[in-house]
Amino acid sequence: MSEAMDFKVIGTRPIRPDGVDKVTGRASFGADFSLPGMLEGAVLRSPYAHAWIKSIKTDAALAASGVKAVVTGADFPQVAAGAIEGGEGGGDFADLAGNVIARGKVRYHGHAVAAVAAQSRAQALAALALIEVEYETLPAVLSLDAALAESAPLIDEGLMTSGLAEPATAPSNLASVIEMGNGDLDAGFADAALIVERRYQTPTVHQGYIEPHACVGRWGQDDQAMLWCCTQGAFDVRSMTAKVLGQPVGSLKVIPSEIGGGFGGKTTVYLEPLALLLSKKSGRPVRMVMTREEVFRATGPASAATIDLRMGFSQDGKITAAEATMAYEAGAFPGSPVGPGTMCVFAPYRIANFRIKGMDVLVNKPKAAAYRAPGAPQALFATESAMDEAADKLGIDPIELRLRNAVEEGDSAIYGPKFGPIGLRACLEAAAAHPHYTKAKDAGVGRGVAVGFWFNVGLQSSAEVHINEDGTVTVIEGNPDIGGSRASMALMAAETLGVPYESVRVVVADTETAGFTNVTGGSRVTFATGMAVVEASKDIIAQCCSRAASLWSTDEDMVEWRDGAVHPRPGVNVEAKPLSLKDLAGKAGRTGGPLLGKASLNARGAGPGFSVNLCDALVDQETGQVQVKAFTAIQDAGKAIHPSYVEGQLQGGAVQGIGWALNEEYVYSPEGVMENAGFLDYRIPVASDLPMIDTQIIEVPNPGHPYGVRGVGETPIVAPLAAVANAVSASAGVRMTELPLSPPRVLEALDQA
Amino acid sequence: MKVHVQTEVNGEAVEFLCDPTATLLDVLRDNLGLRGSKEGCGTGDCGACSVELDGALACSCLILAAETQGRSVATIEGVATPEALHPLQSHLLKSAGLQCGVCTPGIVVAAKHLLEEDPNPTEEAVRYFLAGNLCRCTGYDKIIRAVLDAAAEMRGEAA
Repeated sequence: MSEAMDFKVIGTRPIRPDGVDKVTGRASFGADFSLPGMLEGAVLRSPYAHAWIKSIKTDAALAASGVKAVVTGADFPQVAAGAIEGGEGGGDFADLAGNVIARGKVRYHGHAVAAVAAQSRAQALAALALIEVEYETLPAVLSLDAALAESAPLIDEGLMTSGLAEPATAPSNLASVIEMGNGDLDAGFADAALIVERRYQTPTVHQGYIEPHACVGRWGQDDQAMLWCCTQGAFDVRSMTAKVLGQPVGSLKVIPSEIGGGFGGKTTVYLEPLALLLSKKSGRPVRMVMTREEVFRATGPASAATIDLRMGFSQDGKITAAEATMAYEAGAFPGSPVGPGTMCVFAPYRIANFRIKGMDVLVNKPKAAAYRAPGAPQALFATESAMDEAADKLGIDPIELRLRNAVEEGDSAIYGPKFGPIGLRACLEAAAAHPHYTKAKDAGVGRGVAVGFWFNVGLQSSAEVHINEDGTVTVIEGNPDIGGSRASMALMAAETLGVPYESVRVVVADTETAGFTNVTGGSRVTFATGMAVVEASKDIIAQCCSRAASLWSTDEDMVEWRDGAVHPRPGVNVEAKPLSLKDLAGKAGRTGGPLLGKASLNARGAGPGFSVNLCDALVDQETGQVQVKAFTAIQDAGKAIHPSYVEGQLQGGAVQGIGWALNEEYVYSPEGVMENAGFLDYRIPVASDLPMIDTQIIEVPNPGHPYGVRGVGETPIVAPLAAVANAVSASAGVRMTELPLSPPRVLEALDQA
Repeated sequence: MKVHVQTEVNGEAVEFLCDPTATLLDVLRDNLGLRGSKEGCGTGDCGACSVELDGALACSCLILAAETQGRSVATIEGVATPEALHPLQSHLLKSAGLQCGVCTPGIVVAAKHLLEEDPNPTEEAVRYFLAGNLCRCTGYDKIIRAVLDAAAEMRGEAA
């Protein structure tokens, strides 16, 4: 892309195409759909965190009033192991199937054991109570230490650790080990004037989307099935559900509803296969909607992590060596994001000597799901806490310390590839100059700085651009709009085609209408699907040029596209008025038929995203309560297509990170029952907890995108954990290393200081 | 045994049969087809189902439908007129005060109630009033600004 692009609509802040629907209550979310004759489904969930299922008796439930179908694990096919591709969380199909419904063993409190469809929800719930399940309970494994202990109860009796130098000889709860390194660690630490060595811990947290999982499934006698559901990826729901049910992908149509938040947690399936099998058995459509309690107990927590970190620094603040041992809880099946965690932990810095070890560990908790920059917030909490401590001990300004070590274009990332143009240095310089950083702190307030990083991904996307007969534009794409992406797509189509934003409507289509498109995740939609929309728009432009040339009886190379119309090239001897999109739309029937542009691609060149966060926090010395007094999020967006929605990503991620830092955690009983499975006790930030969240968008264009876009959705949640913790540590006068920084924990630290 | 209820929703007389245990939210959504009110928790913690009952702000998931006999219910569906959005709705759009949009109906209903009680609230007053309306996407910044801008416009000041 050219360095200085002159944009007409990109960078403006128009109202999103789906806006009126969403402020009037007209938009249809997961639970808002119904079909004639629809039944209501409900799930029987395990009352134990770990137990053998000895028997399940469903006769009484099936005979109960209004009940039309009951399913258990025995009704589902055995699914062979195989990697799930393209999803944000990755994982294995067999584990996915085992998580959808238990077979033989329940692995966490809330694990689905059976499901019922009845004429009313009340009847379905009554029938659940009639299902007799005989369990043989096992000790619950609830922490990394317990899971890795010599005599730990096995969660999966067949699990052999992968990634070891010598193949494992006995099963354990350690699913996999990742190791990487470079340089001479011992020499690096020997050179250090300062070594910071600590253990950092983060709790199990939930994505906390406001809309519970919901779907409607309908199975036909011809084995063709339909699913309506709230998801981040209709094509992922299709492939996962088809696999769990042993059906061909083409037999299933998935219609994505509007989605009430996901943050990675709606990139997998829970209810969908149950609803379809209940529909198959009953011959009726089945709706299933989770309660909030079910959402907490049975869906997507983000992994708790324990990170042992050791970093060496020279007197002038250069990192001489760094070592991390990172254990992440996978939940009941393998697949924590420890992999990306190991790749992110030192990614912002030039480090010649490092060693990183990652461990994916099973515990009797729900199967971890992706949560916004999966694995990175835990990792950077550790590193950025250590950087803060080092800056303090070396007497170097914390931003300056980071500038002395920051990666730049041309540096090799510790996880392999060479960085292209990146914005870390620009973000750090902006932070140093920001009024938030230069103004004096109020009495007692601590100020924290932290860096955030996420790779961002590309993956596969499709788009169609239809030119209507009056020149208005319809864009068809397949990524559910989770935060204003219709507006971004419309802006990119309008910019490319040279038409007003208002003339473009964007349709998020189902799996039979849109071309294959990977999940709304990985911060990929504006980048990759945006690229597909731009390419499809360019396809239209090429067709317009060809048709105009034909109308003017000249060659295609005699015409050019400029300002939203085909013109004869300057100096070409063609007497013709320019033909706009509208002109050509009106002549479509005479020039070859409807104007339809297409693109499908596997986007390469996603630009990594860096951020810097500033936080002012005040600790109440009496109660241990923390108040966030000011927060600034600075991030490189490459190019902000719709700046308001970019700011919104920065603000929303900041506040999720503040919640992770200060309040949020799964609280477990010794038996493995989550004791705070509701919004009253699992406290996500509310409006009165917070100040305004200041933002500054840095634009270091990504050469991998026609308009310079790099993903912005995930990086914002990475830096806040350490930014808040560093501010709290400064205010409290004691280094805080275990999240959340809840009042009891802060008080305890103050007492011990 | 179902209960027969006659009530008023958004100024229109309605009647329905419901289970004695059905919530107002269940009936709005399933019997009356008014699905703008959302169930985020079912326990009165998230505010996505906010309605007004006889002018009082309430979580419709905590009210039994049978309790609404002879009373008056106002929902998100009654906020905009055929001609125009409510200023709160316009400013939420202008400020990008929604991302996924599932909390938005509840925010609109609650904020409208606030501005009817206090046409000139401080930022702090808005934050405390909306503390019962959870939003996980926006970090609240742009929502609070939209409410303050809408209040200014409704007072006749340039927003």
